[in-house]
Amino acid sequence: MYPENVKYSEKHEWVRVEGKIATVGITSFAQEQLGAIVGVGLPEEGSKVEKHGALADLDSMKTADQVFAPVGGKIVKVNRALEQHPEFMNDDPYGDGWVAVIEMADPGELDGLMSAAEYEAFVAEEASKG
Amino acid sequence: MTMPLIFERSEAGRRAYSLPDCDVPRKDATELLPGWALRKRAADLPEVSEVDLVRHYTKLSQRNHGVDVGFYPLGSCTMKYNPKVNEDAAALPGFNALHPYQPEELVQGALELMYELGRYLCEIGGMDEATLQPAAGAHGELTGLMIIKAYHESRGDGAKRTKVIVPDSAHGTNPASAAFCGYKVVEVKSDGRGGVDLDSLRAAMSDEVAALMLTNPNTLGLFDENIVEIAKIVHGAGGLLYYDGANMNAIMGIARPGDMGFDVLHFNLHKTFSTPHGGGGPGSGPVAVKKTLAPFLPVPVVEKKDGKFVLDYARPQSIGKVKAFYGNFNVMVKAYAYIRALGAKGLREASENAVLNANYLMRKLAPYYHLPYDRHCKHEFVLSGEYQLASGVHTGDIAKMLLDYGFHAPTVYFPLIVKEAIMVEPTETESRDTLDAFVDAMIGIAQLAEKDPEALHTAPHKMVVGRLDDVTAARRPVLRWRPNKQTNAG
Repeated sequence: MYPENVKYSEKHEWVRVEGKIATVGITSFAQEQLGAIVGVGLPEEGSKVEKHGALADLDSMKTADQVFAPVGGKIVKVNRALEQHPEFMNDDPYGDGWVAVIEMADPGELDGLMSAAEYEAFVAEEASKG
Repeated sequence: MTMPLIFERSEAGRRAYSLPDCDVPRKDATELLPGWALRKRAADLPEVSEVDLVRHYTKLSQRNHGVDVGFYPLGSCTMKYNPKVNEDAAALPGFNALHPYQPEELVQGALELMYELGRYLCEIGGMDEATLQPAAGAHGELTGLMIIKAYHESRGDGAKRTKVIVPDSAHGTNPASAAFCGYKVVEVKSDGRGGVDLDSLRAAMSDEVAALMLTNPNTLGLFDENIVEIAKIVHGAGGLLYYDGANMNAIMGIARPGDMGFDVLHFNLHKTFSTPHGGGGPGSGPVAVKKTLAPFLPVPVVEKKDGKFVLDYARPQSIGKVKAFYGNFNVMVKAYAYIRALGAKGLREASENAVLNANYLMRKLAPYYHLPYDRHCKHEFVLSGEYQLASGVHTGDIAKMLLDYGFHAPTVYFPLIVKEAIMVEPTETESRDTLDAFVDAMIGIAQLAEKDPEALHTAPHKMVVGRLDDVTAARRPVLRWRPNKQTNAG
């Protein structure tokens, strides 16, 4: 049920890696929990972010939340389309709903991230806790 | 049934005012104002008659829900009835006709009221000194954090202490205020009983932490019995404790944050102390502190010297002013009137009845709605719409349906740690009849969720408008009327 070609964080972000370049977004589970996303605050392109640092601000009909960087590095690109179309994050979280592209400072930071199967088990355990 | 906007009622030449003849020489605006300050185009203000104007806004006001209209169990907001005698007090000319620039000797009564109100709040909170300046709760939070920051800086500890801890059940304003004050927010988990998880807190504590922000009872309506231990952990690492007073209505005259170990607290006069709330209030968020933090309070502080009341600006370590003049003075008058009317015994009774009403509702509703933390609650409690979710009914549907019963919906989807949360705060001012009517409505909705979930998906049915598309309203808001644009109509 979760795409196999990306890695997952405990904060419900996904990362797709090509060399040193990591594309980041939120998972289908995360967007479902947030409900309709109605506003996205993006970082500056060219700025730096640490692993676990705040990458973007989200407003949804239920709550306000943040996207955290699953890996640290330089933010080389952000998805400006989300400013006009926050619904992309709900409708296509692994495609048009991507948040930012990070040039990783340390690809070793990918080590702690989960596979699709591991993430699915992680989500199931979270859900059982309520 | 939609209503035309005031702009759509406009007919050229109609006027809702008549001004007396001008008795000074007329001048053109271009002679009086620089070019940049002048509009290039007329403002398209609506042109309506006085009676049309009055009817329009009267009708709008009749579409509102407020505590004077019906039950308003909005959790963590303390929507209690506001006694009208408060308004009489605030309307006294000696208070209402004051000018903030009047010299101290001509406003002794007003200063005395501010001084006494500060003393009462300190007594209620177990604190030593107070400021009445902040205009609302979140403003009080920011003021409190600035005081904490100033305290650490005065000890040469400011650069190192960059973090503020908040629990995952906190009001959203807590992390927002901390971030606004330049702090990094660290979240700690709640334990199985709904309190702060002590191991999480110990792990998060260090000499980089400036403060812990806590609400007690917390947003689950549960009193954190570990508060003394929590205070020990935070103080042990040199941090301070901030008390979010949003839930003060649960503990007046029973427990005092100062005695629990808190160093700073804010009050919401517009919640706990029965001053109007919503619709702009205005609010008032006084901050009270322990002695060690008093030098940092905003100036001026109202002091009593030789039997006279004075505005003390001579506090060199003060964080400065946080609001123009002295705060929302008329709100202070209303809170003062409320405290004096109830007295110490009455305030305690108010809290006792707030807690009793909440527990009554909680027990009546627990057979029909999931109660994730099954403990005695304080002034509010949190249900989960999880049972109803099984038939595809969301908490949002339940909230919309309640409107048809004439009730304001509870707070929903908060706190975040409860799935499909429904947070109910009845307050002490509701009778058992009202509570029972609310219980009947909630039971009726639970039964409907099983029999006819579709009816809930389309609720409300009896309001002037049905289910609004709130998602599109948030994503593509139409924020102002534009002439010649069809989208304004209907």
